Amino acid sequence: MIKHVTFGNRFLPYILLAPQVAITLVFFIWPSGQAIWQSLLIEDAFGGNSRFVWFANFERLFEDAGYWASFRLTIVFSAAVALLSLGLGLLLAAMADRTLRGANAYTTLLIWPYAVAPAVAGVLWGFLFNPRLGLLPYYLDAIGIQWNHQTNGNQALILVIAAACWNQVSYNFIFFLAALQSIPKSLLEAAAIDGAGPGRRFFSIAFPLLSPTAFFLIVVNVIYAFFDTFGVVDALTKGGPGQDTSILVFKVYNDGFRAQDLGGSAAQSTILMLIVIALTVVQFRFVERRVHY
Amino acid sequence: MIENRPWVTFISHAVLILGVFLVAFPVWIAFVGSTHDAATMLRPPTPLLPGSHMLENYRKVLLEGFGQASAVPQWRVLLNSLIMALGICIGKIAISIIAAFAIVYFRFPFRMGFFWLIFITLMLPVEVRILPTYEVAAKLGLLDSYTGLIVPLIASATATFLFRQFYLSVPDELAEAARVDGAGPLRFFWDILLPMSRNSIAALFVIQFIYGWKQYLWPLLITTKESFYTVVMTVSRQANVVDGLPQWNLILTLGLLAMLPPVVVVMVMQRQFVRGLTETEK
Repeated sequence: MIKHVTFGNRFLPYILLAPQVAITLVFFIWPSGQAIWQSLLIEDAFGGNSRFVWFANFERLFEDAGYWASFRLTIVFSAAVALLSLGLGLLLAAMADRTLRGANAYTTLLIWPYAVAPAVAGVLWGFLFNPRLGLLPYYLDAIGIQWNHQTNGNQALILVIAAACWNQVSYNFIFFLAALQSIPKSLLEAAAIDGAGPGRRFFSIAFPLLSPTAFFLIVVNVIYAFFDTFGVVDALTKGGPGQDTSILVFKVYNDGFRAQDLGGSAAQSTILMLIVIALTVVQFRFVERRVHY
Repeated sequence: MIENRPWVTFISHAVLILGVFLVAFPVWIAFVGSTHDAATMLRPPTPLLPGSHMLENYRKVLLEGFGQASAVPQWRVLLNSLIMALGICIGKIAISIIAAFAIVYFRFPFRMGFFWLIFITLMLPVEVRILPTYEVAAKLGLLDSYTGLIVPLIASATATFLFRQFYLSVPDELAEAARVDGAGPLRFFWDILLPMSRNSIAALFVIQFIYGWKQYLWPLLITTKESFYTVVMTVSRQANVVDGLPQWNLILTLGLLAMLPPVVVVMVMQRQFVRGLTETEK
């Protein structure tokens, strides 16, 4: 945690820490405290007066069917995004790990979607599936599927999941490929001599050795799906049709800025904070025990 | 690999090529869209092969903007994104590298307290504290300014951790030798530690540049003037125009321009990118 050789200086360390700590206090700790405080207040519609109401905002939230619907939606959405992008990332990494020639070229061609902003990804997918103009609805129509994610909630959800996965697969691919490449070749060769085929080698040797990476990635992907997908949703569906793709993070924004429900939005922020803290704690517990078994 | 199985090799390549195709397809369609004129882009289905209006579209977007929907020439918006991304990434690296130095190389009261304070920022993404952060920024007069776009985002627990990890791996003898030779802490930092951190800085630069460029929610809140809009939010705004039809040929042109810088950075600095990702996130 600290060097045996340290420098003695009374003020210098504080000066060095000052910028980081100042920004943390002003833009992280203070606003978060504000969010928690505001979640206990109800503000008049015309501003100015606010009353301390204990947990009334939370009670209101928990009685709101719309909030629970958004909660369920977020869980379905996150599970779908995490499972699909993890599965595809693993599949592609396993295949790239097998190829002697071209592994590097494939990596280059597969990793760049990570650099695309979620909102831009949303716009690209929205264009591809544009109900009036888009290429895919045109062909889907030919095989009898009416595509209109602007009116059909399920289709909107599918599209948001697809765009979010497209954006995230490369991240998982990079981590799985790095993990696969760090597996000692001698293990796999020994198994091959014992007569295990490629499939057997993958599932009996490589797969268990990937589990620490996989646990880590599950948490990161859930955090991604919970928070970073705001851009995808906002650019693609604006939470619609109705509330059908209004995931929690979109709802916080929408209730706070569009509907001006400060207390309600702050209560939602507080709950989201608890979720991130829980996820981060889980993540670090797994990282601490990065054991192979 | 270990044995020669042509079929398995064939399937691997087939799956990878399919993957590359699926990943590239939406971007190909967007690129094709950016090479046609407005009239073509109103007739379904949108084309599969490039047209002849590419230069015209790119010139129009960069120099003239979106006409009635937004007359700001979009080089301005791209420049804003570049300033924001560079500001965030350089700011993060600068304040983290000295914070980590203080935590590793000095003993002082509340050292661990500061460490945990920085750690906490990991748990508080902008998305969960949107309104109050916006209010703080508004009170400080940071709306519609580059400072407002950059400074609230530059605290970084991951960068501090990465540098801390790196410093801990630096042999003690170096600091000892520096001290024996009479070098103070700042001299040691500047002449020895900083040059040694080159690789970590390069890896972090790639990761944080992409992070800064991808920002969407924060610029959406903090900017109201078009002259401060970033490219990512402009693409989304123009695709969701309320009055009138979206000008898809121009939107897709700007969309491609919005992807180009970070994608080029990832592809050119692939090694640093992969290293940065796998090391900062652990």
